[in-house]
This record gives sequence, structure tokens and C-alpha cells, in this order.
Amino acid sequence: MLTIKNLHASIEGTPILRGINLEVKAGEVHAIMGPNGSGKSTLASVLAGREEYEVTEGEVIFQGKDLLELAPEVRAREGVFLAFQYPVEIPGVSTTNFLRTAVNQVREYRGLPSLDAVKFLSVMKEKMKLVEIDQKLLSRSLNEGFSGGEKKRNEIFQMAMLEPILAILDETDSGLDIDALRIVSNGVNKLKSDRTATIVVTHYQRLLDYITPDFVHVLFNGRIVKSGTKELAMELEEKGYDWIKEEVNAASV
Amino acid sequence: MTITTKNNLLDSFLSQVPNHTSFSEMRASSKDFLEKNGLPAAKEEEYKFTAITKKLEKAIDDFSLAKKADLSSDLIKSLVFDGFEGDLLVFNNGNFEKEFSSISNIGYNLSLISESKPDLLGKIANKERDPFVALNNASFEDGIYLKVLKNQKVENPILFLFLNQANHGQVINSRILIEVEDNSEVTFLEDSISLGDEVYFSNEVTEIKVGKNTQVHYNRLQNESKNAITVNNSETDIHRDAVFTSVVISMSGDMVRNNLSLNLLDSGCEGNMYGLYLLNGKTHVDNHTNVDHTKPHAQSNELYKGIMADSSRGVFNGKIFVRQDAQKTNAFQQNNNILLSEDAIVNTKPQLEIWADDVKCSHGCTTGQLDEEALFYLRARGLGKDQAKGFLLYAFAGEVMEKIADEAFRTHVINLVESRLGSNF
Repeated sequence: MLTIKNLHASIEGTPILRGINLEVKAGEVHAIMGPNGSGKSTLASVLAGREEYEVTEGEVIFQGKDLLELAPEVRAREGVFLAFQYPVEIPGVSTTNFLRTAVNQVREYRGLPSLDAVKFLSVMKEKMKLVEIDQKLLSRSLNEGFSGGEKKRNEIFQMAMLEPILAILDETDSGLDIDALRIVSNGVNKLKSDRTATIVVTHYQRLLDYITPDFVHVLFNGRIVKSGTKELAMELEEKGYDWIKEEVNAASV
Repeated sequence: MTITTKNNLLDSFLSQVPNHTSFSEMRASSKDFLEKNGLPAAKEEEYKFTAITKKLEKAIDDFSLAKKADLSSDLIKSLVFDGFEGDLLVFNNGNFEKEFSSISNIGYNLSLISESKPDLLGKIANKERDPFVALNNASFEDGIYLKVLKNQKVENPILFLFLNQANHGQVINSRILIEVEDNSEVTFLEDSISLGDEVYFSNEVTEIKVGKNTQVHYNRLQNESKNAITVNNSETDIHRDAVFTSVVISMSGDMVRNNLSLNLLDSGCEGNMYGLYLLNGKTHVDNHTNVDHTKPHAQSNELYKGIMADSSRGVFNGKIFVRQDAQKTNAFQQNNNILLSEDAIVNTKPQLEIWADDVKCSHGCTTGQLDEEALFYLRARGLGKDQAKGFLLYAFAGEVMEKIADEAFRTHVINLVESRLGSNF
């Protein structure tokens, strides 16, 4: 489904990603871990099409298409979803209002008929249950005055509405209490299927108790330096990242 | 040099003014004031960013009053916005057109100023503050005096439809005097429309007195031709426990200057000023507002927002004056601007003068481009770039539009704004 080959990206001339290789197949959950500043969020942003980042080398193929050639909205319509680390507050735009436009844009792109107001509302109600989010919240200005947990739940709610093929969760667990974490992870788990894939970018192993990854990758200095299974995450939890850094440094000497 | 120019322009104006016998004292003192002070010079602080005198010198050749344009009921019908229900007052180059108006007179009385000669005329708008008030005082032909009677709730809004067109003369004076007696409620709408693209100068003065415990809404839409030059002076005296709300939406014109003044004359009263300017091409819109807190326990709220595209220019100057007597005043002011092009300009200035010591006053202004992060967020959810832009701009403007009191008028404004935003300016 997704093939990342030798991906290099920089921001304002500073290289952040220095040759990422990753293969994600349908049905898989990949966790990307790593210390602060290793490039985790950059990778998520580059995949979603954030324009501040310049891809200097490499390619990303998604469902047979060159992802890097596509505008952010086209990637979204193709089925890439990024749950933001810091969801943006937009005064005057309600979730319900903009999401209806977004959903219909995506449906049109996929050759599906658009949802009228009634149909949209009934789909919405169903998906709201997934993340235990209140309708009142959704008719308020987008993310404005939302708590951290409400913002993250809103991200997963939008994901449920847009039915992506590849979901990228950028530190969705950061700053969540256990209850919110459980709700958010439940939502993600229920949306998983054998035709979709999930990339979970996280700093903490805790999230992986709720969302079980098939693969765990450690990102360091803009490269994936170690890959493994769930056990690797547990090792990281126990020993921290220093041993990885040492290993990498030793190898490069 | 400046003095000579000023006099030339003024002479041209004043030489065209016929002799009026009514309000002779007001006219004479205004003429004196003008002869002494002239029209705003280029360096005049109040008109620093809006060179209106220069603009008039360049654009207007014929300083005589425009004659009435040809109207028909069909034309009027096509110009009244969809869904309007209420009383309609049509003004033809500033002249009230009884024939084309529909007046129920329920809850209010309407008369021509020339007939009723109200004592209140000229007592509210302050000619010392703006020479264009003096110019209107000296030269206006006629106007209307609308008096809302005591203890009335005027159910439907009253629409002033101003139809403007240069016609054997390029100057249009309009004059409105409104008096709302105690305990009444009324909503006024104002829609100014150009009947052609010829250059004209419309000099409007609206004086309003809102009595005790009244609720009055005044909603104005300015969407004239790209060649229209407009100066609007609107001043309101607000009495005890009354609430007065003004909404001004400016979308087109060559140069527009609005002087909006609210005088909070007693305790318990509230003055609200909302404005939206949505500008493209070379349109220049200047909103000068002034709120005068004179007594304790009164409040004012102000929110003006602007979106400037192309090489348009917006000016905002908000003056809040709190007198020594006006303790416990609450006064809030906010001005936010979005510039969509490198050639667009905005000049914004809050001006607070506070003489009381126990007050809550706040002001703030922002100017920026569209929020790139918000734009990316919406695009990452599948919205096209232009669509996402439209959403953000519409949301920005919506906060002001929702203050429009009449639903049909609000819908009309929303449609105009949507189509402007949809066309990507």
C-alpha cells in the first residue's frame, strides 16, 4: 500500500529526514518511535503534504501513485489521513459544517453520491459513538476551547467520517489521560480493517498497550535505525533510547 | 496653496447652493464654519489616510446637486433585496420618493423635514467634528423626519433604499432625522445602490435620537459602484437604559468615509458598533468611530473586521472617550484585518481617552494573512485550496454578519459575501 524509498526532507535548508525506507501493507499497524527531534512528526507531515517541508530525495508510492506529486487535499481524497499532533483551532468554522463539505469532496472523488444533511447526520451520530464525543462539541467552533482530550477525540472522529485507507496518528496519545487514551485507542481499533493500514507515531510505549503494532520502528537522526515487533517497544520503555544512540554511534565510527 | 485649493472647492460647492429660508440659522453658522475651516486638508489628522478633498477635486467637475433619476416600480422591485418584508422608503438622489415607497405608518410618523421643521435637526450631528456635516447642513434640500412613537414595537424593519446616480450634477445630499420615543423597539435597514457607473459624491447625514429604554438596530449595506465617493456621518444620542446597535457592511465604492458616533448620555445605556469591510480593486474604505461615555454604568462594544484584496485599502480609527463622570464604564473594542495581497493596505488605530478611574476598557487589533496552518488543516481533510480559503474567510466575516438584526437582510448580505469569497475576490 505504501512504499517509502530513501526519503530525504528538509525545512528551511536543514535536513531532517535522511533516507527513510518503509513498507506498509494493508492490514498492518506500524509504530514509529524515537527520541524528540528524531524526525517522527516530520515524516508524518511530509506524508500528509505540509508545504514547509522540502523533499530533496527519494519517493513515496501510495496505492501505485506518486504521493509526493499530489496536493494535500488530493492525498486526503486518495485516502491518507493525518491526525494532527496539535489540532488547529478555527474560530467560526464548526466541525459539522466543514466536515460535511470534506466528506462530500472525498465521496465525489471516489465516485460515491454525496450525503444530504439528513444522511450525513445519521452517519455522524453513528461515528460519534466510536469516540464518545458530544454533538454539541461538534457544532461549536472547530477545536476552539476544546480540552486536549476533546481535540484528539475530534481528530479520530473526523478520521472515522473520512474512512481513510492509511491513517497516520501523529502523537495522538501525547497529553492524554488514561480514560481519553482508552477512548481514542478504541476508536482507532474499531476502524482497523484488513484493507486499511495505520502508522502510529508516538513517544510513549503506553499507547501500544492499547493499539497493538505489527511492527515497531525506531527513528533516530532522520533514519530508521531499528525495526522489530512489539517487544522492541517494551525494551525501549525499559531501557530508554540511549542504548540505541550508542549503537548507532558505534556503527558509524 | 492648500488654503486656495480648499476655497476653490468649497466655493464651487457653496455657489451651487440655492437660498433656503428654512433652518437659516443652522445653515448660516455651518457656512461660517466651513469658510473658516474649509474641507479637510491633506495633513489633517482626522483625514490622514483618506485624502477625500483631493479625491473630490479630481473626480467631481460639476458641484451642483444631481437631479432625480428616472425610476419605475419595476426597477425598484428589482432592487429591493429578496425576502424583504417591511416598510420601504425610497430616496432618489437623496430626495424622498413617496410614490415609490410603501409606508404603513404603524407605530411611527413620517414627514418631510421641510414640512415638519423639527427642532431636533442639526442638534445631534456635530459639525465641529466633521466639515461634511457642516456642508450637508448648509446645502441639503430636504430629507425625512421619522418619529417612532412611545411604547411601540415596530414589527417589521424599515428599509431606506438610497438610489444614486449622477444626473446633471454630481452631488447628492441626503438627510435623515430619526427620533425613537421611550420604550420602543425598531430595526432600520439601509441599502445604497448606484444606478450607473458615473462618478458622484454622496454626502449623507443621519441623526438619531433613541429615547429611554429603547432597543434600536441600524444595519447599513454599502455596495455602490466602483466610482462612487461617499461620506457618511451618522450620529446617535442614546438615552437612559437604551440599547443601540449599528452594523455597517462595506463592499464596494471608490472612496468611502464613515463617521459613526454614539453618545452614551445616561446610565444603563449600551452602544454596539459592528463593521465588516470586504474590499477589492482600488476601493478605499475608512471607518472612523467615536463613542462618548458621559455617565456611569454604561457600556460599549465594538468589533470591526476587514478583508482587503488587490490594491484596496482599509482604515479603522476607533475612539473611546470616557469622561470623568463615567465610572463603572465597560468599553470593548476589537479590529481584525486580513490582507490577501501584497498591495493591499490597512491602517488601524485605537484611540482611548479615559478620564474616569474605575472603568474596564480593552482594545486590540490584528493584521495578518490567512492562517496557513488552518488552511493546511482543512486541506488535509480533503477541502480544495480555494474552498478552504473561502471557509476561513467566511468564518472570519461571519462574526460580524451574525449581528445583523433582520434575517432576510442578513441572508442577503451573506449571499453577497459568499459570492465574493467564492469568486476568490
